[in-house]
Amino acid sequence: MAIEHANHVALSLQEQLPIWLIVIPFITAPLILLLGNKQLAWLLSFVATGISLFISILLSLHLKSGGVISYHIGGWAPPIGIEYRIDATNALILLLISSIGTVVLPYAYKSVNSEINPKHHTLFYACYMLCFTGLMGIVITGDAFNIFVFLEISSLATYVLVAMGAYKDKRALTAAYDYLILGTIGATFFVIGIGFLYMATGTLNLVDLAERISSQGLNRTIRAGFGFIVIGLGLKIAIMPLHLWLPKAYTFAPSAVTVFLSATATKASMYVLLKFLFSIYHPSFAFEENTILIIFMPLAIATMFLASIVAIFQTNLKRMLAYSSIGQIGYLLLGASLMNSMGLTATLVHMFNHGITKALLFMGAGILALKVGKVSYENIAGLGRSMPLTAAAMVVGGLSLIGVPGTAGFISKWLLIQAAFANGWWQISLLIVVSSLLSVVYVWRFIEILYIAPNNKMGTKTEASASMLIPMWILAFACLFFGFFTDLTLGTAQTAAENLLSLPNSVLQTTLGDGS
Amino acid sequence: MIGISTAILCSILMPLVGILGNLVLRNSINLRDSFTFLVSVLTFGSVFTVFILSGGVQNEELSLFMVLPNLDIAFKVEPLGLLFALVASGLWMLTHLYGIGYMRGNNEARQAQFFAFFCLAIFAVMGICFAANMFTLFLFYEILTLSTYPLVAHKGDPLSVSGARVYLGILLGTSIVFLLTGLIWTYALVGHLDFVAGGILNGKIAVGLLPILLGLYAFGIGKAALMPLHRWLPAAMVAPTPVSALLHAVAVVKAGVFTMLKVGVYIFGIDFLAESGASQWLIWLAAISIILASIFALMQNNLKKRLAYSTVSQLSYVTLAMALATPMAAMGGGMHIAMHAFGKIALFMCAGAIYVVTKKTDVSELSGLGRKMPITFIIFAIASFSIIGLPPFGGSWPKFLLILGAVDTGYFSIIAVLMISSLLNVAYLLPIVGRGFFVKSKDGLDLKLIHEAPLLCWLPAAIAAGTCLLLFFYAGLIQDFLRPFAQGSI
Repeated sequence: MAIEHANHVALSLQEQLPIWLIVIPFITAPLILLLGNKQLAWLLSFVATGISLFISILLSLHLKSGGVISYHIGGWAPPIGIEYRIDATNALILLLISSIGTVVLPYAYKSVNSEINPKHHTLFYACYMLCFTGLMGIVITGDAFNIFVFLEISSLATYVLVAMGAYKDKRALTAAYDYLILGTIGATFFVIGIGFLYMATGTLNLVDLAERISSQGLNRTIRAGFGFIVIGLGLKIAIMPLHLWLPKAYTFAPSAVTVFLSATATKASMYVLLKFLFSIYHPSFAFEENTILIIFMPLAIATMFLASIVAIFQTNLKRMLAYSSIGQIGYLLLGASLMNSMGLTATLVHMFNHGITKALLFMGAGILALKVGKVSYENIAGLGRSMPLTAAAMVVGGLSLIGVPGTAGFISKWLLIQAAFANGWWQISLLIVVSSLLSVVYVWRFIEILYIAPNNKMGTKTEASASMLIPMWILAFACLFFGFFTDLTLGTAQTAAENLLSLPNSVLQTTLGDGS
Repeated sequence: MIGISTAILCSILMPLVGILGNLVLRNSINLRDSFTFLVSVLTFGSVFTVFILSGGVQNEELSLFMVLPNLDIAFKVEPLGLLFALVASGLWMLTHLYGIGYMRGNNEARQAQFFAFFCLAIFAVMGICFAANMFTLFLFYEILTLSTYPLVAHKGDPLSVSGARVYLGILLGTSIVFLLTGLIWTYALVGHLDFVAGGILNGKIAVGLLPILLGLYAFGIGKAALMPLHRWLPAAMVAPTPVSALLHAVAVVKAGVFTMLKVGVYIFGIDFLAESGASQWLIWLAAISIILASIFALMQNNLKKRLAYSTVSQLSYVTLAMALATPMAAMGGGMHIAMHAFGKIALFMCAGAIYVVTKKTDVSELSGLGRKMPITFIIFAIASFSIIGLPPFGGSWPKFLLILGAVDTGYFSIIAVLMISSLLNVAYLLPIVGRGFFVKSKDGLDLKLIHEAPLLCWLPAAIAAGTCLLLFFYAGLIQDFLRPFAQGSI
């Protein structure tokens, strides 16, 4: 969009939106520590994430039908300076992260009070804001090294957040430690890959990288970079067999942390992977096409089945949901490995839809955890009768996880199968529907336990408080809403998929403000 | 002045009001049950208004919103759907009265929850009836599966839980694996899923693949209980009898065969099916299903399971009608949906009435009960005659039309199948009546305490059975009404 020079002053506030998205939550973190007051910390976080959400909504409405916003940090023009670059693809992910980040906070207040050492409450909110900033940063930035920086910000904050679960269960410490080791390996691989790319091309700007790779062609350095980047990100996304950190981390982290991470953390890394797979490298490279078809697609299918089968045999609700998350990553990867715009659209829509679905389910698990401690199936048996509102919302989430029509999950499944048909690969679509039967089994297992099994030993429990139920039901309604009204998700994802697949030199260059 | 669209929306949304009523009034029993009855009357009234206003045909469809490109939630009046809606909502009124008698007579737990899910199921059925495209139909089809699951599992004992698992597993599983795949495949070929007279697939698909796509639909519509995917229906008999009566003799199973007919007529198109011969295998499968299920019915000692297998067999008549792919057979199939509904619901209501009074569930225990409960057993006999297809009862017409359809297509062996099936019907239904009246009970003592069933249990059954008689004489009206559907000239 072109901006008249005369309007420059009037529009300057709007021009700064991209940087505000990052700076506001980033500044909030140290501010919280300095103030040292729990209530104030919560309020500040809520306001900061709320502002980010508002900005994300503005941006995604603006970019839904196409276009790019490029923001130059400090007025340094790319490729020398760092560029924030927003198009429909990351606008959708930014929207997901900021909306989950906001909606988790009211829920977190109660859950933090009971699950985290009172001395660490302000620290929790500070880390939460850092994690939030990091994830937003990963997605918004157009600079490869900057991705690494934000990845580390979010990861370091996450290790602390997971470890805070130790107040309730000491095993959170080993979970955080495992995650720390594997996460660091992942980040290191990623930065090595970036190093190779810099060596080969002399640039870190993503657009520039894409152009130079496509113009200079392949060499061994660029291929090696590809390998390191994919494996590094694979660790962060938890693609099987690089998933070992995830179930433990999700099970033992404080509930609010699990809700936030399950919906956003793997999705942000997934976005970066898609960016590298489709925009920076391009599937027209034979080696990449082979990698995708020979490595990714079988891995995706194996993940779909194996993780779901493992989920069926879990007896702890949080662990079950964690394995189900790994299984869903299989769907995301499968959509991408179909290598057509429809498959990519399905992946992007599913990132969003699964984000809200899984956040909803983990919220439910967190509420139950507050009542009974450990959410093993024995402990939660029969709670559906005494906590009807919590359980009903979880049923909505479960149905969306299965992909029953009328829920968000159905839309993504439909698109995925349709994408497989578009390639003429009916075998793949058969595998998708068969694997979703597995989700029927693990979802129905907990629904039966909530409603039909005889009451647990601990007796009946009272319904959760409004501050936890309202965020949960907002997500439940979102699950239903996006099952019917797909304009926002599908519309944005279609534009996004085309953006990702378009060749680098045809990328539309639009500049909005130079930050000076 | 109410428009057709408003009346359609009223018919679909009215049952939801019933859910609300059951939630709000859950503790004032009489008020709650009368309110739900009022809702059922209003639902029937709305459907009847649609009937009066449209006469069965509507040109404009009522599109609410688009979910995916060319896939919208839309409703439209169409003769077969309207007939089904009239039957389902009409029988809902009867079943609700019966349900009050049954649930109170048995002191069942959680009645408000029971009636609320019942309303939800009717909501789904209404949505299926008026769906203007396969996408909308699929949405309501799944809601119907999910809303009836708690009804099947209502008792909560291990037997009903495992029965409900089979129920959900088969219905949800087939609909996801086969039906959804079939839908998306069709959508990928055609670009939309609207119901269009004459079908939408002609010329869009290689004829060699057509039987496979038909198979995806035939097995995907698990509610039609085509063998070998019929096991959910006997499993669902663990539910309280009102559920078996309305849902598993009328609403759910008829939703299945209704969908089957709709797919045959409006997605494939009967001419296209007939020309391509894609449905030949389905004719034989349906025929096998008819005979085998009848034989299974003979072997059941549990009364409700025997009726369930009878339903499996009768449902395959409709599948057969679709597979024969002639206007005459399609007409017979459509008519069978209505005729079988009245007969079978009466049978189930009698079975429930016997259970309420005697707590007996097995055929072998019924000796001598006929003389103690003559009204119940006479109703049972009348309904049996209609199911068998004896004149002067409504059930005779669809069989007649099906035979004509078989003659049209030259499948003379199908006529033999229908005849054998009628004989088997006689063999598994009439001995029940005979045993009631003519066999002396061995344990004569406890019979003294047995008396006729409560009014609310037998009166609805009597009305349903009486309707069977009426329908014999008024079948011509239904035939005229369904003609545009069968000839695909809407």
